[in-house]
Amino acid sequence: MAKKYLAYIRKEIVPEQPAPIASKGIVGWARQNLFSSISNTIMTLAGMAFLLWILPPLYNFIFGNAVWPGEGVTVEDCRAKGAGACWAYIDSRMTFFIYGFFPKDAYWVTQEGFIASIMTYWRVNAVFAVGTLLLVPLMWPGLPHKVLNAILFFVVYPVFVFFMLTGGVFGLEEVPTIKWGGLTVTLIIGLVGIVVSLPLGIVLALGRQSKMPIVKGMSIMFIEVWRAVPLITVLFMASVMLPLFMPVGMTIDKLLRALVGVSLFSAAYMAEVVRGGLQALPKGQFEAAASLGLNYWKSMSFIILPQALKHVIPGIVNSFIALFKDTSLVAIVGIFDLLRAVQISNLNLDWGSKNQAITGYIFAAVVFWAFCFSMSRYSIMMEKRLDTGHRN
Amino acid sequence: MTKQTQAAVKKPTAVDENADVAIEITGMNKWFGDFHVLRDIDLKVMKGERIVIAGPSGSGKSTLIRCINRLEEHQQGHIIVDGTELTSDIKKIDEVRREVGMVFQHFNLFPHLSILENCTLAPIWVRGVPKAEAEETAMHYLERVKIPEQALKYPGQLSGGQQQRVAIARSLCMNPQIMLFDEPTSALDPEMIKEVLDVMVSLAEDGMTMLVVTHEMGFARQVANQVVFMDQGQIVEQNNPEDFFNNPQHARTKEFLSQILH
Repeated sequence: MAKKYLAYIRKEIVPEQPAPIASKGIVGWARQNLFSSISNTIMTLAGMAFLLWILPPLYNFIFGNAVWPGEGVTVEDCRAKGAGACWAYIDSRMTFFIYGFFPKDAYWVTQEGFIASIMTYWRVNAVFAVGTLLLVPLMWPGLPHKVLNAILFFVVYPVFVFFMLTGGVFGLEEVPTIKWGGLTVTLIIGLVGIVVSLPLGIVLALGRQSKMPIVKGMSIMFIEVWRAVPLITVLFMASVMLPLFMPVGMTIDKLLRALVGVSLFSAAYMAEVVRGGLQALPKGQFEAAASLGLNYWKSMSFIILPQALKHVIPGIVNSFIALFKDTSLVAIVGIFDLLRAVQISNLNLDWGSKNQAITGYIFAAVVFWAFCFSMSRYSIMMEKRLDTGHRN
Repeated sequence: MTKQTQAAVKKPTAVDENADVAIEITGMNKWFGDFHVLRDIDLKVMKGERIVIAGPSGSGKSTLIRCINRLEEHQQGHIIVDGTELTSDIKKIDEVRREVGMVFQHFNLFPHLSILENCTLAPIWVRGVPKAEAEETAMHYLERVKIPEQALKYPGQLSGGQQQRVAIARSLCMNPQIMLFDEPTSALDPEMIKEVLDVMVSLAEDGMTMLVVTHEMGFARQVANQVVFMDQGQIVEQNNPEDFFNNPQHARTKEFLSQILH
């Protein structure tokens, strides 16, 4: 009887073969993702039914039956039976939504045309334009002169905005902050909050990890106090209680108080996000930096923070988005942000119709969504860009 | 280490009797909380010496060499590195760290920086070397560890052995007087250990003062001019490699060697 050997030696390499048709293309995708099991098939059909039920009326309200701005479109069209969203109302109040009560330029308001409509609020529009021109190249990876760009945006631009909006110099009419409003104020509070809270949050996070007991204690106290108080309380305290402690006759601008309140509040949250990133770093990174002779600040700025912040980009942007939406809370202390401007306009009887308020709120929601969604996409782009293929 | 490489590499020359002292540790004690991790350590390392520290895990070998660049703080005794005593004085600590390179078990490269940036960061920001010069030096040492072609990649794209060689090059870029190796091959695949040991052997040939914590007894035999054996936080036996391996004196050393040499 022939002896059987257990040894096995492969004689040829099996050539690569294409994947079966059923696992590729649209059919394959649908099979795998929509109809892979009985329960999955039921869910798919139920989901489709729900979409069929909800989408057509939604489409009709927002687009199909909506009243669009145009020649001869009046409030009567919005009051008609079966009319959808009243976009003509949004269009007619648009300048109020963007600029609030900011005074119009005396000359340009009398002129006609597109340029005149821009120039009527040229001071605010200049702030928007310069801000966009500085911010876009700053956030665009790979463009040169980032340091100069950052100095212009973080140092020069705020000064420019301050003088442009408050006026009182260079022959500009003085505009008290109480007259600022709408999207302008929302963007100012959001941007200041973001720009102040990130560096302050980083400092607080480092302070909380410090070996010096006083620095550590103060950081913990700051974070825990601000985190434990609702933002509404902070804003009320800033606008109602703070003046009580001020010397007679001395006031701090209401918008400034809200800015400080929002910034410090977000900084406390930011600190905890950054601390999470610091703790996720392996101890070896700190040791390697130290063993090369890098001192505390150098190892923090070149080794630790770049990695820690990269790890927590989703958390940081999450805080930014929350902050941007929370700006609408300043309305309760009498600051005219976008949402408040919409609310006030919704009471305007010139456009009084059934769908006026709904349309206003949809508009506000879309504006907030557009800004927050852009931040979210930008953060995902940065995460991918900064990924160097290392997972700790 | 294979027979072949042992034959190919010449034994580094003996240390000059009149050489300067590189590291002097006297009466050093250290505790982690209540745990007495290093007990009454006395160790003198001359310039150009190559010392291998061996011992079972938990014997305090790593802690000992981490005390030399103050990654760990000792509570009693004195550590003098290159004429500078380590105290809580931050300036002195940074001074020592500039002169003492360290290679870690897990490489600890900076994952967000390219290989070249890993090597140039400390020279530029600690020594104040101009960028172009730092890059030139970095390429020189990357060539020396035989991976200049990886300079623009990131650590995550390299194999373990390559990463560890970059870590050695990164330390060398600071032009250190002393190199500490903390189990440099323990986290490597068996196939990659040799490429790292080869680099360390060539460093030893150039006369670098080295303290190496390792389980590679072949490396100890070939390169070390002293072997220090530690157990329970103490130096149990210290001898030249021939006598250490062929004629161990202490019972604990005999037991250890019988376990690892078959």
